[in-house]
Amino acid sequence: MDSIERTPQMGDDGVSENTKGNKRKNPNVHRDSGKFPYLLIAPALIAIALIVLYPLIYSIYVSFTPYNLLRPEKTFVFHFDTMFKNYVKMAHDKIFWRSWGNTIIFLLVTVNLSYVISLALSQLMARVTRGQSIMRTMLMAPMMFAPVLVGFQFAWFFNATVGLVNNILITFGILSEPKAWLVDQPWGMIAIMIAAIWMNIPMMTIILLAGTLSLPKDVYEAADVDGAHPWQKFKHITFPLLKPFTLIAMTVLSLDVARAYDIVRIMTGGGPAHRTEMIWTYAGRMAIRNSQFGYASAMALTSVVLGVLFTLYLFKQLIKSRVVY
Amino acid sequence: MKINRRKLNVWAYDISAAVILFIFILPALWIVFTAFRPANEINVTPPIWIPRQLTLDAFASLFGLNPDVAAGVPVKEYMRNSLTVAVIATIISVSFGTMAGYAFSRFHFKGHTMLFLLIMLSRSVPGIALGFPLFLLMRNYGLVDTRTGLAFVYIAINIPFTAWLMDGFFRQIPKELDEAAYIDGCNHWTAFWRIDLPLALPGMSAAAIFAFLAAWNEYQIASLITKTPASKTFPVGLYDFTTQFTVDWRGMTAMSVLMIIPAIVFVILTQRRLTEGLTFGALKG
Repeated sequence: MDSIERTPQMGDDGVSENTKGNKRKNPNVHRDSGKFPYLLIAPALIAIALIVLYPLIYSIYVSFTPYNLLRPEKTFVFHFDTMFKNYVKMAHDKIFWRSWGNTIIFLLVTVNLSYVISLALSQLMARVTRGQSIMRTMLMAPMMFAPVLVGFQFAWFFNATVGLVNNILITFGILSEPKAWLVDQPWGMIAIMIAAIWMNIPMMTIILLAGTLSLPKDVYEAADVDGAHPWQKFKHITFPLLKPFTLIAMTVLSLDVARAYDIVRIMTGGGPAHRTEMIWTYAGRMAIRNSQFGYASAMALTSVVLGVLFTLYLFKQLIKSRVVY
Repeated sequence: MKINRRKLNVWAYDISAAVILFIFILPALWIVFTAFRPANEINVTPPIWIPRQLTLDAFASLFGLNPDVAAGVPVKEYMRNSLTVAVIATIISVSFGTMAGYAFSRFHFKGHTMLFLLIMLSRSVPGIALGFPLFLLMRNYGLVDTRTGLAFVYIAINIPFTAWLMDGFFRQIPKELDEAAYIDGCNHWTAFWRIDLPLALPGMSAAAIFAFLAAWNEYQIASLITKTPASKTFPVGLYDFTTQFTVDWRGMTAMSVLMIIPAIVFVILTQRRLTEGLTFGALKG
């Protein structure tokens, strides 16, 4: 409510007032302010244009050719009539569709479960009276681990012969013989999801916790007077008021959803028999092992579309909820 | 009666949070413990939870100080590459990102939202998808397998998040300060340089740490454009511990500990600032 009142001020920035005021004091400022923000953004834009946009456009071009790294002279040629060959091949590639299916299931499960767990954890941590800051630091532990490390770590835990999971289950007599977690369906996928959720939780929880701690106390006092149950308070006050924070947490997550590649690549490599194949690993293998850069680029571009749409949607919501220009 | 119950509740929250968090960090603790264990305690059934003996053997052999074990992994080169690339990329991307963040937070100009979105969306391109064309293009310029090439990449991929964070930090600085500066004869550059930048330094340090970690931990693009110890970084180097059939888990955990040392320091220093920058403006501010 408060935020709606202050947003016009934020948007207007008082810039127009400034420049009016400055016209009297310092005539140069008004002329500068037109170019100034663009000058500030220019270095960032140039870097991104050179290192992200240009390669992406190049990648579109490559995807229209049958580029094979082993025979570049022969294959890196563009023919108008065969330009969509990779895309046609892709449409008929069962493994491509399967890896997309896996990717969507993986994202749906990990994003939602990460959110539910983080929400619960943030509510619990907001009520902690002793050792808040130590607990926060503990919570951040997975953030200190590179995604590759998370992958290695869980690959080790779920390893069939030396893994800790089998070791514990057999020691306690729950399992009689070692289970090949990363090979058996659907356990391979579940193991990867556990690793990804473990990695996602800290950032989400920290943001939701910051949100929970900043909520106005008077609303809860009013609810107490009305005799609301804890669950009612959560459902009708905390959850709706946390929406902007949920959006921020989701956006941060969406900026790098593909980091799951690191985990999958190490834990299962997409196998066995494409059971845990994701679009990123399939495209990656097509380029690295099969040297088919044309085809791999076409597939990778479909994953770019997913990433961009996802982030675009969340950022639009975020901008709408935050600042009105 | 009622007071007692409330007291009990508080205890219940504290204890359950502590227990849950302990279980949550167990996987991380296990890695760290393993790095300091003697070899005969690793992968034994039943598991030995608390190391009975601590040793630095794994690190000694990692750095080739152990005469019995041949040093197979060029850890020093990896450390040099990781540090150089991450530091250079951090300095440049934070400078560029801070400038962009300032523009987005303070000015109202044509294309504001569109440019902001363009910068943010560039981060959502999966590393693997960006790695293919980067590898092909860098071959033409002799940048494959060089630290320079990798640093270029990390500059660009770190700008969006830095710009977003800095936008949040600059919004927390009252605009009245700028207005006062303008009246005292500052122009936009001097107001930025002398007034807002010094005030945003704590935020900038948080953004820098975040950028450093992103570069330090990046794997997808590094795995495509680095080939030899001349440019390979830690995340790519971790694969040296795996052969087709076996994995040297002990050596791997020792290198993992080396990798997380800077992260531990940085995360503890900046966790609060990071959330401030991201969540500012979401509620009352």
